[in-house]
Amino acid sequence: MTAPTPSQTVGPFYGYALPFPGGGDVAPAGHPDTITVHGYVYDGAGQPIPDSLLEFWQAGPDGSTAGAPGSLRRDPVTGAVLGRNGVDFTGFGRVPTDADGHYALRTLPPGTPGYLSVCVFARGLLHHLFTRIYLPESAEDQLLASLEPRRRATLIARPERDRVYRFDIRVQGGPEEETVFLDFG
Amino acid sequence: MTTSIERVSAAPLGQADIDREMAELRRTADAAGNGAPAPLHPSRDYPPYRSSVLRHPKQPLVVVRDPEAVELTGPVFGVTDVTDLDSDLTRQHVGEPLGERITVTGRVLDRQGRPVRGQLVEIWQANASGRYAHQRDQHPAPLDPNFTGVGRCLTDDEGRYHFTTIKPGPYPWRNHLNAWRPAHIHFSLFGTAFTQRLVTQMYFPGDPLFSFDPIYQSITDERARERLIATYDHDQSSPEWSLGYRWDIVLDGPAATWIEEGRS
Ligand SMILES: [Fe+2]
Repeated sequence: MTAPTPSQTVGPFYGYALPFPGGGDVAPAGHPDTITVHGYVYDGAGQPIPDSLLEFWQAGPDGSTAGAPGSLRRDPVTGAVLGRNGVDFTGFGRVPTDADGHYALRTLPPGTPGYLSVCVFARGLLHHLFTRIYLPESAEDQLLASLEPRRRATLIARPERDRVYRFDIRVQGGPEEETVFLDFG
Repeated sequence: MTTSIERVSAAPLGQADIDREMAELRRTADAAGNGAPAPLHPSRDYPPYRSSVLRHPKQPLVVVRDPEAVELTGPVFGVTDVTDLDSDLTRQHVGEPLGERITVTGRVLDRQGRPVRGQLVEIWQANASGRYAHQRDQHPAPLDPNFTGVGRCLTDDEGRYHFTTIKPGPYPWRNHLNAWRPAHIHFSLFGTAFTQRLVTQMYFPGDPLFSFDPIYQSITDERARERLIATYDHDQSSPEWSLGYRWDIVLDGPAATWIEEGRS
């Protein structure tokens, strides 16, 4: 096996390169099943992290993980960002946290397996972190079943109101606070 | 009122303090190595890089070995996601940017050495003076109205990517007193699986700042660090036009052959 290229932090200046308009609008425009998942990203002192970037990848409502191109569609004439075409479900979202450390994702509920995969980047984080957002109605899977209750709770979004869920990410903390992060070996 | 003692304790750390910490961590890593394979990535807990202190997990990561995991698939990108001009950072404005024109090319491979085809490569960088076109960059070096420093492309059937740009300058930052980053280009890469995701930085050969930089030195194994350094390739240089650099990228993460079958 060839040795991999090492990771380095995304640093503070990705903001004009990686985020794109509509990055958090994964659900096709006006889709009636759209859910909102939102929350804050916190550091080990409980302070919100304003310079982190979250990426989301998930199955469609039918459980398909085929995805589709067109997340960052551009105009070949002007080079300007056109945004998603409003019809295809690409399964991919990218959202920078705002000055308050907050993010919001509008998407469709994933079919089985019923979670959103999340990749966390931040200034100060030398190697990205993977976690998962499970909706409260998701069936318990292998990973959830393997975790002790206080750790499992960090992976389950909390319903706030109809179709709106809260999911905070704590990059560092005690076992009851720190989000479970995953190693795919 | 500020006493002299307070003034001493408030003094920012200097390069010598950071150098001492980095040397100590290298020694610890070497001792821990002792026959065991060297770490392939930086430790997320690397105190000489001050911003890492509160931004690394303290709980052990949970190992997932589920062949059904969604993370063994990944987002797809296509011709609608990039335009032809996106890979030439010197042609995004009316005029030409200042600086040393270069091309950077290489292949994106998985750990089995297979090409990663049709996947998105994104880059961003400072201009020739070491200044980012970013509001938060306070370095008093000139902005270049003809350089933004953002590019993207899709890899071809051999996993190849190609960018034309200018060589970025080194720049100061506030990790410690007199902290300077070696010149680098930020890279973002996707594989066929989301687990292969990589964000990293490409450096230039012979940079005198390598040994002073806690971000570069956070990779404690020398051979692993050197994987981030591009090679000057005279055959890639273009007469009376540009200098060529080559840098191959190997994505980590479980390779999922069955995904490629379903996709390609
Ligand atoms: Fe940088």
